[in-house]
Amino acid sequence: MPAVDLKQKRRAPARKSTSDAERGLKLLLPSEFSAWFKSRGWSLRSHQLELLKAARERRSTLLIAPTGAGKTLAGFLPTLVELAKPSPCDASSGVHTLYISPLKALAVDVARNLTIPVQEMGLSVRIDTRTGDTSSARKQRQRARPPQVLLTTPEQIALLLSHEDAGFIFANLKTVILDELHALAASKRGDLLALGLTRLRALAPGLMIIGLSATVARPSQLRSYLVQQEMPGTQTDMSGLVVAADGAKPRLQILESANALPWAGHTARYAVVEIYEALKAHRLTLLFVNTRSQAELLFQELWAVNEDTLAIGLHHGSLAAVQRRKVEAAMAAGTLRAVVSTSTLDLGVDWGDVDLVINVGAPKGASRLMQRIGRANHRLDDPSKALLVPGNRFEVLECRAAIDAANAGEQDAELFRTGAIDVLAQHVFGMACSGPFYPSDLFAQVRSAAPYAWLGRDTFDLVIDFVSTGGYALRAYERYAKLRQMDDGRLRISHPRFATQFRLNIGTIVEAELMRMRLVRKGGAPKLDGHARAKPLSGGRHLGEIDEFFISELSTGDTFFFAGQVVRLEGIRGSEVYVSKGHSGDPKIPSYSGGRFPLSTHLAARVRAILANAEGWQHLPESVGDWLSHQAHRSQLPSVADVLVETFPRHGKHYLVVYPFEGRIAHQTLGMLLTRRLARMGARPLGFVANDYGLAIWCLSELDGVLGKGKLNQAGQSLTDLFSEDMLGDDLDAWLAESNLMKRTFRSCAIIAGLIERRHPGQEKSGRQVTFSTNLIYDVLRQHDPHHILLEAAWTDAATGLLDLRRLSDFLSRMRGKIIHRRLSRASPLSVPILLEIGREQVGGADRDALLRDAADSLIAEAMED
Amino acid sequence: MDGGLRRVRENADYSAKVLTICGHSFVADHSGALFCPERKTLIVADLHLEKGSSYAARGSMVPPYDTRSTLAKLAAAVAKYNPETIIALGDSFHDGGAGERMMSEDLSMLRRLQQQMRWIWVLGNHDTSIPEKFGGEVCETVAFGHLWLRHIPSSTHLSHEIAGHLHPQAHLSFKGNTIRRACFISNGHRLVMPAFGAFTGGLDVFDQVFQSVFPEPFTFVLMLGETGIYPVPYRGLKGI
Repeated sequence: MPAVDLKQKRRAPARKSTSDAERGLKLLLPSEFSAWFKSRGWSLRSHQLELLKAARERRSTLLIAPTGAGKTLAGFLPTLVELAKPSPCDASSGVHTLYISPLKALAVDVARNLTIPVQEMGLSVRIDTRTGDTSSARKQRQRARPPQVLLTTPEQIALLLSHEDAGFIFANLKTVILDELHALAASKRGDLLALGLTRLRALAPGLMIIGLSATVARPSQLRSYLVQQEMPGTQTDMSGLVVAADGAKPRLQILESANALPWAGHTARYAVVEIYEALKAHRLTLLFVNTRSQAELLFQELWAVNEDTLAIGLHHGSLAAVQRRKVEAAMAAGTLRAVVSTSTLDLGVDWGDVDLVINVGAPKGASRLMQRIGRANHRLDDPSKALLVPGNRFEVLECRAAIDAANAGEQDAELFRTGAIDVLAQHVFGMACSGPFYPSDLFAQVRSAAPYAWLGRDTFDLVIDFVSTGGYALRAYERYAKLRQMDDGRLRISHPRFATQFRLNIGTIVEAELMRMRLVRKGGAPKLDGHARAKPLSGGRHLGEIDEFFISELSTGDTFFFAGQVVRLEGIRGSEVYVSKGHSGDPKIPSYSGGRFPLSTHLAARVRAILANAEGWQHLPESVGDWLSHQAHRSQLPSVADVLVETFPRHGKHYLVVYPFEGRIAHQTLGMLLTRRLARMGARPLGFVANDYGLAIWCLSELDGVLGKGKLNQAGQSLTDLFSEDMLGDDLDAWLAESNLMKRTFRSCAIIAGLIERRHPGQEKSGRQVTFSTNLIYDVLRQHDPHHILLEAAWTDAATGLLDLRRLSDFLSRMRGKIIHRRLSRASPLSVPILLEIGREQVGGADRDALLRDAADSLIAEAMED
Repeated sequence: MDGGLRRVRENADYSAKVLTICGHSFVADHSGALFCPERKTLIVADLHLEKGSSYAARGSMVPPYDTRSTLAKLAAAVAKYNPETIIALGDSFHDGGAGERMMSEDLSMLRRLQQQMRWIWVLGNHDTSIPEKFGGEVCETVAFGHLWLRHIPSSTHLSHEIAGHLHPQAHLSFKGNTIRRACFISNGHRLVMPAFGAFTGGLDVFDQVFQSVFPEPFTFVLMLGETGIYPVPYRGLKGI
């Protein structure tokens, strides 16, 4: 059985307890509990005691504790103590405690492990789980006769609350435990849950909410999340806070390889032999990478050198659930020696006795790295061990910065976020499904959730209108309204079928359109332009789900890594992708856009500091030190405060390279905007690439003429003009409106808000009718109703998540007057890793019609050559 | 190759494309309309008017602006080619209830267009009859010189026709970009038109359905851009 952190890890030295503490303990912890702790050789931790005290006063509390500190047990102790007492409540009095986790697997695992103390102490507590996988019969039973402790996910809470009997199920709810709150709160799922909590508080006044979290930089955001905001907009109410003592500091090292560090790439192929040696020296190693494609590649590389045929597994979000469960079970059973994983194993569940964590590629953020390393926390007081393997020279700097941050105990600051409008729309309709409501009551309730404390009544009314009729300026749909006003002023849904429809679409996770992948024999596909039709594609073993966007970039016959093997695309039928076993050749690698985290602001600042401090370079690998010295000689290094811009000619083109260190997302946005602006200045830009550290733009025109040699050119333009902050105005609007990024964001908002129904994976598209793409809706809406609430919601999302506009605008204002321009005769050493991204990355900035024209031209020219 | 490419660049004009189907010449417009100069006739397919309100009536409140978008695009094509006849090649209305749902402003926009020319509604599978308020002549097929105009392409092997119904869409991969666009698709005897409506999706030309309509390799696809229309040989497209 997998060991969950409910099983707290043994603290090596026995702690001396004072008599005061003992007396307090007796009051709070019944004798059967103390006896049980004793039988396990454990003692009550001080944070567990603090939580019991808070619970006695029914005070909502945030517990911050490292992995292995018995955090989950601390959360459940107050409930178990309460339920152990004989009480007048009979079995049908509804749920007593809700446990909500972001992962289904975690909920199921915690439930299984919760039964251990319950059984060993002979308590009679009914415990049950409810996730998307729970059978409908069992779900029915749970609603008729609710368990005392229900372990579930945010989506299930929204679903339960949308039913008329929510009042019956939750009337006697006493406690809600929110696990992994740091991962949940700052997301749309967190918004949905926050709204659900306001409803639970209304159904069960006096509700206590316990939040469990890993260490965070700003606990106050999570603390306000846990409690009702009494005076939204004027003051912030906060829960209590308990912080558990840290465990031993982890031992972090950068892996040293005999091979030279590559200039670009993230795969760490150069170090695979050393990685393999490290696996051999440990019992169970977790290898974390940042993207699914890197996971596939590293897995391949390891097997290629696996002379001892160690059992090495692969785990990522695209694999079929069955395959993931197999790997998890093998880890727990101790039959695996290593698992290559993306963030799917970041959270919660401990699958076995991991004694080494290897982070391959850039850590991207200090907090993320710490959470990953926490997976190796075998014993709280033993240091966990981790190796960092940089993929290229820049990543060495980032690894060094992350290790420094970890040793200093510093976390990345979480972004402050406000509740999303599309999620609110979903909640409003869910509430209507559960029964009629007065708009002003619901408004007050919604504002009591911290993420929605900012909400104004006018926006709320727009949301109601949107939910009912679509909220269009053109009042065309009044007669189809989904909400009707009753005589007493309450709103109710106009037809029960809307509730059924709604429940199928609950939740805020909008995957990229996924396609089901099946393995068939080679040659099952039709030829491209011939029509010798082979046997139709059908059947075949299910390999997993794959992003439709990725598949759309491939052609029949292309090969790529999936589920640890090379497969060949045979064809697509409906929503199914057919592949066969490929053999050799150079496979195209899945390049999912998902799973790429931008470099955190905190780490970026540390990297800049490393670059600026030449004395410290001796602690870096020799090849990296050399590289930086060359840069200092040939150009210069960006300092902590200044921004370095280099221009140089190369192969008949003129390059402009900037090093803002603001993360890939902000750089891509900057690249799009600079390209537009350079085009207007007459520089004739051809394209750009960006990575986490900087970006390069290449142009046909000589840049000195366009930008002026250090001062204004004839047109009065300068480098300062190029980077002036007003690019975030009209240029951004114009570009963004047309971008695919915006269309994708809009799609996800439209699905969450309930404008269109989501397509469930594997569900057949019924040909051309259902491909009612949200792009069409987006275009029409932008043309006729540019201020529609859903467009505004999509814009807000894009600005915060996808474009990193805040970072970009901070950068632009910071760099004003601090640009250092170096004119070079050739590419600088520092620019090489960025320039090498050309060809790996899709080049931005190209005009679609120009591309179509080029394609037609070159195909015609080719035909004429024949 | 470079010289050839340069020659093509200098000569190519992609604003509209002249093509010949069974001896009749047509101009394919990047809006998705087809104009026959010889007969001053503009042909459009699959307008799907009132598709938005059809969804709204079932509880999906998609924007109510599709009808006016489509009609505005049609009006622009009319202004460009100044036809004497318009033939709407079926599925002009998304369903039988479109007549009751269409807003009066949109209806008057349609009527204004109809005043200027002869108007023929070819019936489709979505609009098996046309309410009287929408005017025009109604028929199943139109004989057009050597060609038949109908909604659903016929299943006969050798057919000289122009049809709609399939919403063809092509998928081009070029310089690391993938572009998906509605398109005309033809083998010189048969032409299937792109869907003209604002809320119409597309079906990839590699779908099996197209294989039965174009059993021998078809000769070309014309992809619709924002400002032009671009011929792409079939083998230049992506086979998925």
